[in-house]
Amino acid sequence: MVEFTLPRNSVVKTGKTFKADASARNIRLFEVYRWNPDTGDNPRIDRFEIDMDQCGTMVLDAILKIKNEIDGTLTFRRSCREGVCGSCAMNINGKNTLACTQAIADYPGTIKIFPLPHMPVIKDLVADMRHFFEQYASIKPWLSNFTAPPANAERLQSRDDRAKLDGLYECVLCACCSTSCPSYWWNGDEYLGPAVLLQAYRWLADSRDSNDDERLDQLNDAFKLYRCHTIMNCTDTCPKGLNPAKAIAEIKKRMVASDRQ
Amino acid sequence: MNSKHLADKPACPLARHGAAGHWWYQRLTALALVPLSVWLLILLNKTLTAPYAETVNWLTSPLNAMAVVGWVVVAFYHAAQGVQVVIEDYVSTVSLRHAAIRIINRIFLFLAVAALLALAFILIAR
Repeated sequence: MVEFTLPRNSVVKTGKTFKADASARNIRLFEVYRWNPDTGDNPRIDRFEIDMDQCGTMVLDAILKIKNEIDGTLTFRRSCREGVCGSCAMNINGKNTLACTQAIADYPGTIKIFPLPHMPVIKDLVADMRHFFEQYASIKPWLSNFTAPPANAERLQSRDDRAKLDGLYECVLCACCSTSCPSYWWNGDEYLGPAVLLQAYRWLADSRDSNDDERLDQLNDAFKLYRCHTIMNCTDTCPKGLNPAKAIAEIKKRMVASDRQ
Repeated sequence: MNSKHLADKPACPLARHGAAGHWWYQRLTALALVPLSVWLLILLNKTLTAPYAETVNWLTSPLNAMAVVGWVVVAFYHAAQGVQVVIEDYVSTVSLRHAAIRIINRIFLFLAVAALLALAFILIAR
């Protein structure tokens, strides 16, 4: 049933404050969620003063500066630093996004950084993504076609058919959308969430894929698909500007068009 | 939990079959309620402001009677579907969820039948 209070060891406490050098003139304050499973301590919020004259322009630059120069124990994921890999997804000032694509200057005042909401935390800003990727694998995210491919050739598609994948293939599976969705928070064990459903539609929309029946049968489930209540947090938060809510609506339309009601 | 398990797992036996239908009929009934609710508002207005005989006379019109009966059937069906969605959202214990859905369906069925019998009684007894 619903839990209305946090477990005692989940209450977030005030952590350490790391002051900037006295000579710093352009200081921004970063509050960062910290939790180390090895210590058994409660989570805490550490405060870092960063001299922006000595720091890059993006939020990820500040986090890297903290890691490299202030507190080497700060743990987070990052890789491409240009919004392609989806590794540095986190909650910045209340909104899920990619730290590498967000300019510090776009945030007023203190910048508060938390891991993706409602996910198990492994350490600090690192969320446990195993279930998310298991859900992704469950929709069989690969081309499935029961006809033989043309001899010595690729399966081709028209420009119009290729254009149907725009807005779908760009997803980097950062999970910003899924972890911003209240339905995914409550029922994430069964509801596939907007990211995985957008990927499911990406294969339904692909003219080269002929496995629509199996894909739709798998999704025709009150929990896997129909926990989406069109809240639209997914579309609002997607750092790539995609529209998972529309993809989910398209799947629902296909369900009805294929007489699955 | 591996991916095969996720792919094959029935999320909820009550909801697994007809999930698309549940969603589709909830939307169809919502659309149907838009015009039908006009008749309900007229009926409610008459019950509050008009004499009993005039209200019953209005109800004897086949169009009005059919619309009010239609509203009762559609509204209670739509309500049962809506409450089922809320239960599925917030009741995570599967056995409790199934029991709550069964109970709520029976309650709405009882209310719909009671409303239809009341209408029939009013029309027969006039």
